[in-house]
Amino acid sequence: MATWIFSEEVDRAPSGASLEVLTKAATMGETAVVYFGNGSEDVFAVLGAHGAGSVYHLTGGGGLPAAETAATLADLIDAHNPDAVLFAQTYTSRDVAGRLAARIDRPVISNAIDISLDGGCTVTSEIFGGTQIVETALTGEGPYLVLIRPKSFVAEETGGDAPAVEAVALREVGHSGSPRVIDNIVERAEGPALGEAAIIISGGRGLGSAEAYQLIEDVAAPLGAATGATRAIVDAGWVPYAKQVGQTGKTVKPDVYLACGVSGAMQHLVGMKDAKIIIAINKDSEAPIFAVADLGIVGDVHKVLPKLAEALNARSR
Amino acid sequence: MQVVVCVKQIPDPASPSSLDPDTHNMVRTDDQVLDDTDRYGLEVGLQIAEQTEGSVTIVSMGPTGSMQGIRQALAMGADKAVIIDDPALAGSDALTTAKALSAAAKREGFDVVIAGVESTDGYSGVMPQMMSELLDVPALTFARKVELDGGSILIERQTAAGFDVVQAELPALLAVTGGVVEPRYPTFKGIMAAKSKPIDTLSAEDVQTPNNARQSIISVVPAPAREGGTIVEDEGEAHLAIIEMLEQAKVI
Repeated sequence: MATWIFSEEVDRAPSGASLEVLTKAATMGETAVVYFGNGSEDVFAVLGAHGAGSVYHLTGGGGLPAAETAATLADLIDAHNPDAVLFAQTYTSRDVAGRLAARIDRPVISNAIDISLDGGCTVTSEIFGGTQIVETALTGEGPYLVLIRPKSFVAEETGGDAPAVEAVALREVGHSGSPRVIDNIVERAEGPALGEAAIIISGGRGLGSAEAYQLIEDVAAPLGAATGATRAIVDAGWVPYAKQVGQTGKTVKPDVYLACGVSGAMQHLVGMKDAKIIIAINKDSEAPIFAVADLGIVGDVHKVLPKLAEALNARSR
Repeated sequence: MQVVVCVKQIPDPASPSSLDPDTHNMVRTDDQVLDDTDRYGLEVGLQIAEQTEGSVTIVSMGPTGSMQGIRQALAMGADKAVIIDDPALAGSDALTTAKALSAAAKREGFDVVIAGVESTDGYSGVMPQMMSELLDVPALTFARKVELDGGSILIERQTAAGFDVVQAELPALLAVTGGVVEPRYPTFKGIMAAKSKPIDTLSAEDVQTPNNARQSIISVVPAPAREGGTIVEDEGEAHLAIIEMLEQAKVI
């Protein structure tokens, strides 16, 4: 099986999620990475170390890359006939995979947590809040397109050599490729990213107001934790979508997940139920979150969190 | 400006979901609601139409059932609904849905097509991008803020570290996140007016979209359940139990 993995550059390195997918793909046969970004010897060495046999380095472009990337990928697929093209399910990869699927008229399976490329293509995913596990076979002609949720696999260096790199100029696509990126704003000033954090402090409706999200930040700061949120408070406009943990949102697997004022809707549980330790604080003793919590505090987040922050700050002084 | 908003009627997320044991398709009762996600796209569309003296057409695919969700969208202020309802399309994947909705949008004509970044029930999260390719327009995705600027649209596009400010000329497709705007509630007047708004129903043939399913579910099994642990009532000292747990986990 020849498997391609799409990888995009983040902070001058291949995205961590794409390295997870590459590590898995390398166990299933021949691999090539289609890389979007500036690239460098270091970047390509990292791809090789994670199992990339070769690299197609997409160059050029200036705006939002999805339309041009999908068109160029379609040309490459036409020329080389890979059996499968795998994507880590990030914002840009979703854009590229969706456009590519429509362009080459192949279905794409999203939200995969495992994949097998033994002859055909079988994909595992979770539904109904992670309570049911579904196996789906892609039938029909390849290449099979699959979006894999971050944290499904562990990225590992398997010690491969630097791969052969072929530069491929992005194809112009006219109006579809015209969106311009006017500005790039970094909001996350410090602390780990949600996907990489060992500890995550997460808030839900039980906080009562957008202002009360500061209680989450106050506990996260002394712990060096990342902060997350439920869909309810993202929808309410309290915090941006990037903080959303759950089915529609991110999957996280930290050592500790502290859910504050989070009821534990199925939509949320699927994104965090694989944390090593779950701690929940909620006023409602019947909240479903307590059914998965290793430690459940029946109490008011407005009372417990300030004390917790104070105690943690006292320890770190 | 002519605005097309994609909406979906879904089983009430508050009631338990199930799969048909034979077809593995999601069981869809007659009693379906408007996907909450779509209220954001619809509100953005209504605001654009208001600013430009334009109109909003909602397009939707799936069994119409009691039409509760479609009526809600019309009551919020959409002018017209186009629904693709054909048993031949049951169990369609995202690409088939994108093809049908794109054909409907083309039939209506549009300056901007709006969708939520993912539905609540199927959440494949790629349908809007597929539509943008089929319609050959730019896709402004993961928009958490939208601004109309003459003939172009300016958005804040969510990124892992913050956001990008992205601009594109129309026609374009917009995929919005939750929280992008505060959706309006239907007024009594809106609910009454919705009853006389046009609803067109199209077949798979009308949109020239056969159901070309190329995936099949092999198995559905229950996932291992996680067990609950200790429950502590807070009497002023519960934070100490949390600290003890963090110590045991060796993260502090």
